[in-house]
Amino acid sequence: MDHIVIIGNGIAGVTAARHIRKLSDKKITIISGESEHFWSRTALMYIYMGHLKYEHTKPYEDWFWKKNRIDLVQDWVKSIDFSEKKCILESGEAIEYSQLIIATGSTTKFHGWRGQESKAVVGMVSLQDLEQIEKYAQNNDVCKNAVLVGGGLIGVELAEMLHTRKIPVTFLVREKGFWAGTLPQQSADLISREIASHGINLLHEEELAEIFSDESGKVSSVKTKSGKILPCDFLGICSGVKPNIDWLKNTPLDCDEGILVDRFLKTNQENVYAIGDCAQQREAVRERKSVEAVWYTGRMMGETVAQTICNNPTEWNPGIWFNSAKFFNIEYQTYGRVWNKPKEENSHYHWECETGKRAMDIEFSTSNRKVVGINTFGIRMKHNVWDHWLNSEKTIDFTIENLEKACFDPEFNKTPLQKIKLHFSKS
Amino acid sequence: MGAIQNDMSLSGQPPVALNALQKIGTALGITGLTVLLLAAFNINLPENPIWFWIAFFAMITGVLVFTYGQYKGTEAGIKNDGVMFKAMTSRGFVAWVLGIALTVFYIILYWFPNLLGVVEGGKNTGVVSLFDPLSEKLTGGPSSQWFVYGVLYTLAILLFGIKFIWKYRHNRYEIIRTCSVMFFQLCFAFMIPNIMGALSMPSYDLKNIWPLNYDLFSGRLEEFTNFGSIGTIMLIFGLLSIFVITPILTYKYGKRWYCSWVCGCGGLAETAGDPYRHLSDKRMVAWKIERWVVHSVVVFVTVMTVAMVYSFIKNKESESIGPWNNFEKNIVFVSERDGTPLAERGKKAAEAGASRFIYVDREGNGDNISFENMGSIGIPFHIISYNENAQVIKQIEEGVQGTLLLAGAPRQEIVVEAETGGKVYDDVWLDKGLFIWLVVTLLTLVFGWAMIFRREQLAKDAKLAAISYFTILISLLLYNHLNNTGTLFLFPGYQLHKVYGFLIGAVFSGVIGVGFYPIFGSRVWCRFGCPMAAILGFQQRLFSRFRITTNGGQCISCGNCSTYCEMGIDVRAYAQKGENIVRSSCVGCGICSAVCPRGVLKLENGPLKNRINSNEILLGNDIDLMNYVNK
Ligand SMILES: Cc1cc2nc3c(=O)[nH]c(=O)nc-3n(C[C@H](O)[C@H](O)[C@H](O)COP(=O)(O)OP(=O)(O)OC[C@H]3O[C@@H](n4cnc5c(N)ncnc54)[C@H](O)[C@@H]3O)c2cc1C
Ligand code: SF4
Ligand code: SF4
Repeated sequence: MDHIVIIGNGIAGVTAARHIRKLSDKKITIISGESEHFWSRTALMYIYMGHLKYEHTKPYEDWFWKKNRIDLVQDWVKSIDFSEKKCILESGEAIEYSQLIIATGSTTKFHGWRGQESKAVVGMVSLQDLEQIEKYAQNNDVCKNAVLVGGGLIGVELAEMLHTRKIPVTFLVREKGFWAGTLPQQSADLISREIASHGINLLHEEELAEIFSDESGKVSSVKTKSGKILPCDFLGICSGVKPNIDWLKNTPLDCDEGILVDRFLKTNQENVYAIGDCAQQREAVRERKSVEAVWYTGRMMGETVAQTICNNPTEWNPGIWFNSAKFFNIEYQTYGRVWNKPKEENSHYHWECETGKRAMDIEFSTSNRKVVGINTFGIRMKHNVWDHWLNSEKTIDFTIENLEKACFDPEFNKTPLQKIKLHFSKS
Repeated sequence: MGAIQNDMSLSGQPPVALNALQKIGTALGITGLTVLLLAAFNINLPENPIWFWIAFFAMITGVLVFTYGQYKGTEAGIKNDGVMFKAMTSRGFVAWVLGIALTVFYIILYWFPNLLGVVEGGKNTGVVSLFDPLSEKLTGGPSSQWFVYGVLYTLAILLFGIKFIWKYRHNRYEIIRTCSVMFFQLCFAFMIPNIMGALSMPSYDLKNIWPLNYDLFSGRLEEFTNFGSIGTIMLIFGLLSIFVITPILTYKYGKRWYCSWVCGCGGLAETAGDPYRHLSDKRMVAWKIERWVVHSVVVFVTVMTVAMVYSFIKNKESESIGPWNNFEKNIVFVSERDGTPLAERGKKAAEAGASRFIYVDREGNGDNISFENMGSIGIPFHIISYNENAQVIKQIEEGVQGTLLLAGAPRQEIVVEAETGGKVYDDVWLDKGLFIWLVVTLLTLVFGWAMIFRREQLAKDAKLAAISYFTILISLLLYNHLNNTGTLFLFPGYQLHKVYGFLIGAVFSGVIGVGFYPIFGSRVWCRFGCPMAAILGFQQRLFSRFRITTNGGQCISCGNCSTYCEMGIDVRAYAQKGENIVRSSCVGCGICSAVCPRGVLKLENGPLKNRINSNEILLGNDIDLMNYVNK
C-alpha cells in the first residue's frame, strides 16, 4: 500500500493528510518535532495573554487522528535519503515513504546582527519560542524593558502580549508608519496611532544595529542604526520569517529561499512535494509572492496537493487574495490587492472615521474604475461578496453603492456605511 | 507539552492581581454578605431595618466599585487577559470555595429554609426577617426564603449586568441583549409576580413558560381555575406561549429570543456567570451526553405533566387534596367516585381544615348512594344532588349564605353561614379520553413532521432515540388508558411530579446549575437540563431562520470562539470548514462572534434555503478545485 509521509503537522501538512484520507485509503504518517498534535500557531499570542490554554488551540480532539487512521510521530527529521525514499529521524529511526510531503513551515529570520546569539533574544514562531518568552518576559520585574524589532503582523502581536503584563515596550519600525511596506501611508499612520495609544513607544524609521549582553550572556541593551542605545531585558525579533529548510541544505533537493516547487507543488525529487510556508514557487503565480507565509496558503496548498496525490493532478491556482489581522483593538481585513502605493494604472480611495478606529482603502483602476482590492479597519466585510465582486471586476462606484451587501458587522452595530457613501460622493 | 503547560499555569505573574479599587469593591461586597451571614447564624442584630439597607448598599456599591476598578481606563474591546491564569476563573482554590458556598446555599434554600429563619405561621427570624421590611413594602406580607432568593437573584442580574455591559461596551448586540435580560428579570420575574401576590392573585411570571415552569399545567392548575376569569386568561396565555408564541419567535429569531434575551436562568448565566463561560466542556463526548440527558428531561417533563393533568381530570382532581390545601373551614364538594376511597379523601380534606365534606351527585338525585367508613373522617359528611343544589353551591363558593338540600328521604337542610366558603372539586369539563387523544395527536404530529420533512437533518442516533421514546410513550399512554389502569406511566402523576421537582427542579437547575458555575461553567443547566431549551433547540435546529454565518475562508482556527462558547459548541469545527453553525443548543449569546479576532462569525436571521451548508473547500481557492471537492 502507498505510504504517504508528511513532515510537519502545521495547517499545510494536516490539511493535506485530512484530504488524502477523505479521498483514499492510503497509509498516512505525520512526523513533527514541535508538538505531538496539530495546534494553531496563529493563537500563540492568546496563550501568553491568558485568553486560551495550549489545549484550546488544538483544532481537533486527540482521538481524531486515530479515528481517521493518521499516524503521528513526534520527532525531528534529521535528513532525507531521497534515493532510498527514507526519512531519518533524530531518534535514529528511518521511515520509508512512497510519497513525501514536506510542510516544515518557517522559522525566525535573524539578520546576522552582532550579539544575536545572546540569551533573551527571541523570535515568535514556535512553542519553544513561547517558552522562551514566558521565561524572559514573565512579568515586569523580570523584564523591566522590552525592545521589539520589525513592524509587521507578528511584531504587533508581541507588543500587545507584553502590554498585557505591563512590560514597557519600545518598538522599532523601519518604515515611516506601521507596516507601511504593505499599508497605504494614511492607514499605516492610523495603526501607528492605535499602537502608540496603548503606551507602546513606537520608533519609526529605526532599525536594529547591534545587540549587547551582560556577563551572563543575556541581552542588556541594543543600539539602533541612528545610534540610540536602548536598555532592555528582552529583545523580540519580529522582522520576518524564512522557510524552515536549513536542515535540507546540501541535499539533491532544489532549494532557493524555500523549497522550489512547480505548479503541481512537486519538487525536483521524484514523489516529493512541498507545501505551506516552506515552499517557493519556481514562477510566482500572477502578482502573488513566490513564498507566502500565511495560514490560508498553507491550507489551500494542502487541499491541492491531496488532489494530486489521489490521482487528480491539480495545479496550485489560488483565487483572489485575502487576509486579516488584528492590531490591538482594530480588526483588519483585506480582499484583492491594495498596495502601499497604488500601482501605475491605479488610484487609492481612503476613508477614515473621526474616532480614528475605522478606515477603508480601495485600490481601483484610474481609467475604468474597476476595483483591484480593499482594506477595511474596524469594519467586517463578507468574503464571498468581495470574492465575487473582484472576480467580476465591479467598479468602485458599484461597490460603494452596494456596500451594505458586503457588510459583515454584528447585528445592531453602527456601521458607518452612510458616512462612507457621503464622503465618497464628495471626493 | 507538559513543560509549557506547567509554566503557563503556575507562573501566576500575568495580570492576576486585583488593583486597589477592585480590592475595595471586594471588601464592600463581602461586608454586605457578612451582614447577611451574621443574620443567618441568628446572631441578633438589633431589630432595625438599617441592617438590611447596610447589607443591600454594601453589595451594590461593592460590585459597582469592583467593576469600575476593573474596567476604568481600559479601551473598548475584548477583555480576556489572564482569564486562564486567575484562580477565580480557572478552577483555582477560590473558585472551589465559591462553588461550594453557592452549592450549600442552594441546599439550604431548597431543603432547610428554617436555617434561613423561615418560621411557619410565626414571625420570621434570621436573614429572612432582615428582608421583611422590603417585603412588606412590595407585597404587603412578611418575607420568605423565596423572597430573599428573588431579591438576591434580581440584584445579581442587575449588578453583574452592568458589569457585563461595561465589559462589552464596544458591542451593541451585547448591550441591547443584556438590557433586555435585566428588564425581564426586574419586571416580569420580580416586580409583577410580587405585586400580583400582593393583590392575592395567582402570582405568575408570564415569561416562565412550560416546560421550564413545570408546575404550570399540573401543580397550579387548580390555583388558576379557582381564580375565575383572570386565572383562565393566564392559563390560556400559558398554553399560547408554548404552542403559538414560542414557535413563531423561534422561527424568526432562533431560540436566543428566549435563552439570552428573556429567560432568568439565562440572565444569571450571562451576567453573573459570564466570567465562567469558558469552563464549559467542549469535547464531542460532552455533546453526546448533552443530547441524551436534555432530551430525556423533555420526555420526563412531558410524561410528568400528562400524568398530572390526567389524574387531575380522571379523578376530577379531588384525589389531589392534601396538606398543601388550606381550606380554613371551607366546605369541600367532590363528585368523583372512582380512585382512592372517598373516606381517604375526606380525611385529607379534614386535615387541611375543611369543615364539611360533601359528595355531589352530578347525574342522579343522590339517593341510593353510600360510601364506606365515612364516619371516620372526623368532619360531617353528606350526599347531595347537583340538580337540586347548583345555585347554592355557587353561593357558598362565593362566601354567601345558602341552604343545602341533602339527599335521602325526607330531604333535610343544612344552613351554611356567610363567609364559610366552599371549594368545588371534580367539575372540570375536559374529559380524560379527549385529553389522551389530544396528547397522542400532538406528539404524533410533531414526531411525524420531524421524521418526514426533516429526516436528512437528523443524526442517526437522534432518529433512533426519537423513535424509541415515541414508541414507548405512545404505547404506554394507549395501553394504560384503554385498560383503565389508573396510572398512565407506571407511577402516579403526583409521584412523578415530586421526583421531577426534586431531581430536575431543585438539584439540577439550582444546585448543579448555579452552584457549579465556577467549576463547570455558567450554562450547565441550560445545556444539559433545561427542557425548554431543548424544545426551543429542536425548533431552532429544524425550523428557524437563525444561523451563525461564517465568513468564507477567513478562519485561522485559533479557538477563541469554541473556548468562550458557554454552551460547549465547538464553533471552530464549523468555522474552519466555512460551514454555518446551526446547532440546537446555541443560545445566540453572540460572544463567539465578539471574541473572534478575524471577524469570521455573524449571528443572523435569513432565509431557510442554504442555511445548512457544508462546503469543505473554502473561498480563496481555485474555483475548479472547489467544484471537485464538493462533487
Ligand atoms: C505568531 C504567529 C501569528 C500568525 N498569525 C497569522 C494570521 O493571523 N494569519 C495568517 O494567515 N497567518 C498567520 N501566521 C502564519 C501562519 O501561522 C503560517 O503561515 C502557518 O502556520 C504555516 O503553516 P505550515 O503548515 O506551512 O507550517 P507550520 O505551522 O510552521 O508547521 C510546520 C511544522 O513542522 C515542524 N517541523 C519543521 N521542521 C521539522 C523537521 N525537520 N522534522 C520534524 N518536524 C519539523 C515544525 O515543528 C512545525 O510544527 C502567523 C504565524 C505566527 C508565528
Ligand atoms: S472563527 Fe474566529 S475565533 Fe473561531 S477559530 Fe476561527 S478565527 Fe478563531
Ligand atoms: S455558538 Fe456562539 S452565539 Fe451560540 S451559544 Fe456559543 S458562543 Fe453563544
